[in-house]
Amino acid sequence: MCLAIPMQIVQINGLNAEVEVDGVRRKVRLDLLPNAQLGDYVLVHAGMAIALVDEQEAQNTLSLLKEYLA
Amino acid sequence: MKFSEEFRDESLVKVASSRLARYEGYEATIMEVCGTHTMSAARFGLRFLLPSGISLISGPGCPVCVTDQRDIDAFLSIAQLPGVILVTFGDMMRVPGSSTSLERLRAEGIDVRVVYSPMDAVSIARENPLREVVFLGIGFETTTPGTAVAVRSACEEGLQNFSVYCCHKTMPPALRALLSSGDVAISGLLLPGHVTTIIGARAYEFIPREFNVPCAVAGFEPLDMLMAIEMILHQIAERNPRVENAYWRAVNEFPNELARALMAEVFVPADSVWRGIGVIPGSGMELAPKYSEFDAKKRYADVIPSVQSTSNTLCRCGEVLRGVIPPTKCSLFGRSCTPTTPVGPCMVSSEGACAAAYKYGSIE
Amino acid sequence: MSLSDTQVSLKHGAGGTAMTELIDAVFTATYGNDLATRDDSARIDIEGPVAFTTDSFVVDPIFFPGGDIGRLAVAGTVNDLLTIGAKPVALSASFIIEEGLPISDLLSIARSMALTAREANVRIVTGDTKVVPRGSADKVFITTSGIGTILLNGLSGAAAKPGDAIILTGSIGDHGAAVMLAREKLLDAESIESDTAPLVDIVLNLIRAGCKIHAMRDPTRGGIAASLNEIAKQSRVGIDLDGRALVVKPAVAAACEVLGIDPFYVANEGKMLIFVDPRDAERSLEIVKQSAYGAEAALVGWVNALHSGQVRLRTTIGTTRIVSPPTGELLPRIC
Repeated sequence: MCLAIPMQIVQINGLNAEVEVDGVRRKVRLDLLPNAQLGDYVLVHAGMAIALVDEQEAQNTLSLLKEYLA
Repeated sequence: MKFSEEFRDESLVKVASSRLARYEGYEATIMEVCGTHTMSAARFGLRFLLPSGISLISGPGCPVCVTDQRDIDAFLSIAQLPGVILVTFGDMMRVPGSSTSLERLRAEGIDVRVVYSPMDAVSIARENPLREVVFLGIGFETTTPGTAVAVRSACEEGLQNFSVYCCHKTMPPALRALLSSGDVAISGLLLPGHVTTIIGARAYEFIPREFNVPCAVAGFEPLDMLMAIEMILHQIAERNPRVENAYWRAVNEFPNELARALMAEVFVPADSVWRGIGVIPGSGMELAPKYSEFDAKKRYADVIPSVQSTSNTLCRCGEVLRGVIPPTKCSLFGRSCTPTTPVGPCMVSSEGACAAAYKYGSIE
Repeated sequence: MSLSDTQVSLKHGAGGTAMTELIDAVFTATYGNDLATRDDSARIDIEGPVAFTTDSFVVDPIFFPGGDIGRLAVAGTVNDLLTIGAKPVALSASFIIEEGLPISDLLSIARSMALTAREANVRIVTGDTKVVPRGSADKVFITTSGIGTILLNGLSGAAAKPGDAIILTGSIGDHGAAVMLAREKLLDAESIESDTAPLVDIVLNLIRAGCKIHAMRDPTRGGIAASLNEIAKQSRVGIDLDGRALVVKPAVAAACEVLGIDPFYVANEGKMLIFVDPRDAERSLEIVKQSAYGAEAALVGWVNALHSGQVRLRTTIGTTRIVSPPTGELLPRIC
């Protein structure tokens, strides 16, 4: 029930921010992530940034599987 | 797209699915609670990557599907009031009420507008001071904070012409009701990753503790789902049900406190009718008394009780939502109930089990 | 321009001098000598067999990134003629204009049509103008009819054969995404542009090279999903599509992901699906790629005799699923 796409914060103005992915931009609210910074990747759902995407954890997850690649 | 494409990588998907091969011979029914998981699994043909004894069934995590007929007919009536602009997410446009739908009303000239964010509904209210803007609040905990922000903004701005018809619901009570009913033998639960960004993985601890059901929080890319399924199968094999997290890049055990505070300020929990399941205590949200002037159910109360709801008794959406039957077992599926002529919400919702089954079909 | 008015009004459609002035100032001035302004009909010398098509255009907004309703009308009708193997020769263009439309808008549209017609080597030879009261039309509606000489006989949606290769001339979803974003303003995406274009070069080059084409379709409303399913049913064949071969521009893909829309169902206005004999597949692809609008062309699938009427997709992760026909207007979703 929750379509949320990772997008990067490219502008911040208080609790309003602009996020971007592949040239697509959208205004979002940062009420749930007030400590988010410029350059952070956030999950965007219905105009709200709902979570930070942790790059390190993403790499960890992928590495677990990459180990098995020949 | 970063953090998406890597989790759709074909070679890594092969690795993840080959790791499931060791569970060949196991019989397990895993319920993917969330409609977005249903869509993702269908879009990527995930069931072909699972061992033959493992099946995925859809659950009630489709906010459009579980919206009660009475609520649907109520907001359809509100939309037809003179001066009202009915603002909604696209998901609700085709949901059939007893006699019409928002899409049909719009075609007849009623002012119905689709937005991507509840804040856009507030903008519409600001730009149209002489009209009454009613926003349809649909969705689970992922979406509810956004509506809370919108209501608070409207309040701060002193808008007199904005209200919310609140159909928001919460997941844990529904899961409890589902597991308590004993209707379906569920071997494991694929938990909704984005709801969990808000409520935290600990919210599900009652599931293994009280019901002995294995679970894993899953993201929505193919790799995410395969890895979560592997966790569940491992728990089954070890007879060690617990809540595991397969979506570490976005989710942890703890809730988002700001979201909790926001929802606690703007909403109060209430009993809610889930289509096909019935009343689930404390599973819904209503606007808090402090914000009652923004409550469409109060503002338009005289329209609502007069609504008589009739639904097609042959529609088995309820059983599909509880995972009791697959879509194909409903006698209306593919016959009188299709995406262009939907009878129940499970067919019309983009993520309904029936819509997914119809759209992505079966391949012999 | 001799007109002093800035807006189209009812008098411009009334058949009197105001109308003649408008037609002269806008249409004759832009279409040039092609237009048979003083006669009710145009005379065309054309060799048979003749292909004939018509289409109406009601797109909103009328100006969008990458094009406008005028270019759309000319390219759309030209492409329809091409799908049946015809060299487009002449078009008619009829306008239903809402009272109040700025004349500068009408002029822009007419110029765009003239440019597109020139690009397609086709003449706009006749037309009609009506003006309706405010609210009776949405700015402007255009109906174009076109005729052409059929150079390659037998092309039809019912003529695809098992074994045929399917070539798609470029990326999918550009037009529908551009128009939706321009209209609904749900997202900002400067780089997303409509692909509206007349595909004369691509098709005529293929025909002149003797490539054995069986069917062609421009995947407009409903996207490639609509066209492929139509042909699968008409020809009673199965279609296998390779998801890895499909091109979606990153911004279009991202916009679709954010809005929860499937690019397979999004309209294209400058692309062609070409069903060709497998022995001509490679050669055809080379020819298409040499054309300006075919640079991103690819072999995207095959026709088979197995799952008749059904379109199957090999996904980018190696599984298979069905691509079903579209079920209605594309709506953004949050769930």
